[in-house]
Amino acid sequence: MDVNDKIQALDFPGEIHNAGSTNIVVSTLDDVINWARSNSLWPLSFATSCCGIEFMHTAAAKYDFSRFGFEVARASPRQADMIIIAGTIVNKMAPVLKRLYDQMADPKYVVAMGACAISGGPFFYNTYSVVKGADHVIPVDVYVPGCPPRPEALLHGLISLQGKIKAGLTRDQIRSSAFVSQ
Amino acid sequence: MFEEIGTTEEGDLLINVGPQHPATHGVLHLVLTLNGEIIKKVEPHLGYIHRSIEKMCESLSYRQFIYVTSRMDYLSAHINNHACALIVEKGLNVEVPQRAQYIRVIMDELTRIASHELWWSAMSMDLGAFTPYFLAFREREKINEIMEETCGARLTMNYMVPGGVMAELHPDFQKRVKAFIVDFKKTLHEYQELITGNIIFQNRMKGVGYISKEDAISYGCTGPVARASGLKSDIRKIAPYDVYDKIEFDEILETDGDCFARYQVRINEMSQSIRIIEQLIDNIPEGDFQAKTKAVLKLPKGEFYQRVETARGELGVYIVSEGAAQPYRIKFRSPGFSNLSVLDHMVRGYKIGDFIAAMGTLDLVIPDIDR
Repeated sequence: MDVNDKIQALDFPGEIHNAGSTNIVVSTLDDVINWARSNSLWPLSFATSCCGIEFMHTAAAKYDFSRFGFEVARASPRQADMIIIAGTIVNKMAPVLKRLYDQMADPKYVVAMGACAISGGPFFYNTYSVVKGADHVIPVDVYVPGCPPRPEALLHGLISLQGKIKAGLTRDQIRSSAFVSQ
Repeated sequence: MFEEIGTTEEGDLLINVGPQHPATHGVLHLVLTLNGEIIKKVEPHLGYIHRSIEKMCESLSYRQFIYVTSRMDYLSAHINNHACALIVEKGLNVEVPQRAQYIRVIMDELTRIASHELWWSAMSMDLGAFTPYFLAFREREKINEIMEETCGARLTMNYMVPGGVMAELHPDFQKRVKAFIVDFKKTLHEYQELITGNIIFQNRMKGVGYISKEDAISYGCTGPVARASGLKSDIRKIAPYDVYDKIEFDEILETDGDCFARYQVRINEMSQSIRIIEQLIDNIPEGDFQAKTKAVLKLPKGEFYQRVETARGELGVYIVSEGAAQPYRIKFRSPGFSNLSVLDHMVRGYKIGDFIAAMGTLDLVIPDIDR
């Protein structure tokens, strides 16, 4: 495998120029930063209910989201790049979620996993305590539907987020294209 | 010494554990009062995942309300659904076909194994071991695949309906379950070799978080927590439902009442579940998988109660019916709530590190507590 193939396999944004005995990579700094950032998104281990189990499955042996750069879930929001809202958000939890989000360092991304985090899901009607969608509390970048979503669905959502970061979209742009499938 | 404990004095430290904390396995908020490293008091604050399930059930029909119970104790989804199906059948006097009863019990026990596996991995993670997480989830994945083939869902199944089960078994079901049993016997041995004999693990578990039999009774503990204190509390033995009275299995009892006893109870329960499945899997009778029921179910006026043994303990469903298509009032007696209430009592006087171990062996599922 020559250098060009290696770079392509990495999906690295840049071109190789052969300058005599050495190779030179030409790229823009923004692209390199976005590329690096998208491949190292550490999630916060935040789970309120059932989706948390599928989130754990996605992190465990069979699905193993470390393969895609989500490496390891952090327990502290200070060390996390994104928050996967896995489960229902109720009125008492909403201020906590907001606070966790505020504690995270920029750039930060939010994935709403499952019907509850998107809209209240099965707890939409006849309930007095459920927040009808986590996007009432914090801005959401990617929505992953399901009750709970399969690990493949979550992986697809996460890879969509990566694609958006790689494309150099700002958070506002990511959010406005949240419903568009990659 | 213990008389002083429980009152806040100058120099005491108040620590908030949660609502966002990995050791609380969800969104439980605990306020610890510490004197140095010694725990003086633990005060749980609930409601961070209170979804008003009981209130919701009042506006759902007797077929519909089952789906929300899958989301209550999601690790025992089948068993929760089973309880709801049983209570409606009890109210309507529906005879459930033998085939459905067998399928239900097999599904219940598979769920129990999957739930205990998750407990095993999460508890080991609390104590600092990470390998069990990957090992247990590998096995859990096999159960999830079996469930998915038949029920169409991996976690929240809604497979049990009043009168039987929702759909016929997948043609490969028996083959897959048998293959799983063969694998799992080896894996269970592997679990034991990896963790149970570990001296660090034993030192952190033995003699920690002691609950006496009297305390287990007075706090209303059920399930493995009560059985580790020597209290016979297995609903499958006390009040058998479906085919549990026809099969042979042991109620696992330990007398030590500490964390290690609770660990042993759950590990041994997994092999008992395997024993139950082995007795049933080859003998599933032919016939209908669902009894014929009316399109709109109406329970007669009155009160109904049904209890089952989930992976965490006794789940009770209490329905007050006014004769309408929806229940007038529904109440769930969840095992997690009672088991949590003993936490303060069991960790007083221990160190803060022991608190994590003790909490891990309670096997709490927070949406089950808050509902």
